[in-house]
Amino acid sequence: MLSPQIIDLLIKGLIDTLQMVAVSGAIGTLIGLPIGVMLAVTGRGELLQNFAFNKVMGAVVNMTRSTPFIILVVAIIPFTRLIAGTSIGTNAAIVPLTVAAAPFIARVVENAVREVDRGLVEAAQAMGATPFQIIRKVLLPEALPGIVAGLTLSAVSLVGYSAMVGAVGGGGLGDLGIRYGYQRFLPEVMLAVVIVLIVLVQIVQSTGDLIARRVNKRNLKS
Amino acid sequence: MITLTNIHKTYAARGGGAPVHALADIDLSIERGEVFGIIGRSGAGKSTLLRTVNLLESPSSGSVKVDGVEMTALSAAELRQARHSIGMIFQHFNLLSSRTVFDNVALPLELAGMARAEIRKTVEPLLDLVGLADKRDRYPAELSGGQKQRVGIARALASKPKVLLSDEATSALDPETTTQILHLLGDINRRLGLTIVLITHEIAVIKEICHKVAVMEGGRVIEQGPVFDIFAHPKHPTTRSFVDPVINRGIPDSLRDRLSPQPGPGSNPVLRITFTGAKATTPVISAISRQLNLDLNIWHGQIDEIQGAPFGTLVVEALGDQAKVDAAIALVKENNLGVEVLGHALPANH
Repeated sequence: MLSPQIIDLLIKGLIDTLQMVAVSGAIGTLIGLPIGVMLAVTGRGELLQNFAFNKVMGAVVNMTRSTPFIILVVAIIPFTRLIAGTSIGTNAAIVPLTVAAAPFIARVVENAVREVDRGLVEAAQAMGATPFQIIRKVLLPEALPGIVAGLTLSAVSLVGYSAMVGAVGGGGLGDLGIRYGYQRFLPEVMLAVVIVLIVLVQIVQSTGDLIARRVNKRNLKS
Repeated sequence: MITLTNIHKTYAARGGGAPVHALADIDLSIERGEVFGIIGRSGAGKSTLLRTVNLLESPSSGSVKVDGVEMTALSAAELRQARHSIGMIFQHFNLLSSRTVFDNVALPLELAGMARAEIRKTVEPLLDLVGLADKRDRYPAELSGGQKQRVGIARALASKPKVLLSDEATSALDPETTTQILHLLGDINRRLGLTIVLITHEIAVIKEICHKVAVMEGGRVIEQGPVFDIFAHPKHPTTRSFVDPVINRGIPDSLRDRLSPQPGPGSNPVLRITFTGAKATTPVISAISRQLNLDLNIWHGQIDEIQGAPFGTLVVEALGDQAKVDAAIALVKENNLGVEVLGHALPANH
């Protein structure tokens, strides 16, 4: 029912989508994870309480998160050009995706770290741990199940966002669905795109859940 | 070992009310090798006081000396170093759920930068000591409450501390497990000569393992001293309310109704004999009845053991004339027991 050319396009679209999600997810984590941890530990009554840092960083994160993604893509085109050398294509699309992913990931990491029992921090302090040791040996390992769940959520959101960058020539499955399925009236292409996206999101979610369960030692049966 | 001098801790109230005095005028001196208990109701400030010892709470004013070191004068790095020799255990154990039993006990050593092989040599004997060698690779979620606290104790001992702080360590445990954990702590105190400071709201914990006790209320220490003295002669009403259920000084109402302050026709004196630790060398009750030919009718009593010595009260009715009763009182006093005449029992009407 689908012609070989369309199947080729689907495969190419899937690869583009995977590439955009993976790269922006990875860079977004590299940026978002430390910011999230810093947001968590600089809050009121926390390990490294610092109102100024917390407020400023929180405001920056909120600014990015409150901008609708499609507006963000267009608004940061000069920045995208600076980084990627161009503002169209899959590589260029990775820039706005990363800019959207990093603060999102920062917030989910912040929440996961805040969930860690204060008593554990106190116990580590009583042992003479430095703040950095507490972050590395206590907060991050204990928050890991929550962080994995948050990263899974971020990856699923990125799959959705990646479909929008087609609007600026970003490529990927979303772009394929709009150009072929919608503009050329090929409902079977649209259907195929939707099915591939559903399967993709399912796989991402199940893998994330599996990893989160593996790293969670809190509810073991004795 | 630990000297707290004139400790005050004041919090500025939120929204500009009067400042809150969490701790006021606290002077405590804790000897090396002592088990020192701090008892108080919730909100009395005992948790804050315990945390001033390792400066998890820094006092607003006053001096905290541990093993001769003025803790409040240390830099952040020096304080971290000093904390290596002060272990701490917690009511809710505060174990890392992501680490196995072994790795939890190893944590303080990792933090101190000890080599892996060295850590192994330190942790394994500790797991033996607390009886958890077979749980080495289990996670905390797989353990019972008592086992978790044993891990907590092993972890606190890992860096070979001189002082162990115990923050309501048995309050989340059932009575049987509480007894086991207290025995373990007592054993550690004797074998390692470790100084233990514990806080609790349960007088049974004080009775079980403490040598000295301080009673707290409203951020102040209202009474302190050897456990025996406090149990035998509680001065403050709050102390009495803690101690009374244990030593049961009261008399049941049905007996109280028969008691009159003055002797009446056919009445007998009622004595309260108090066991306050000095060991009676003769079985005093049977000595009275045999030597003085005076029968004692036991009304009521409770004898317990504190720190290995008998402790409690016995209320008896002496069935004999005044001369014999006076002789009995003298005999009791000779045996270093306390005695007082509560009143006179009128004959039962029926």
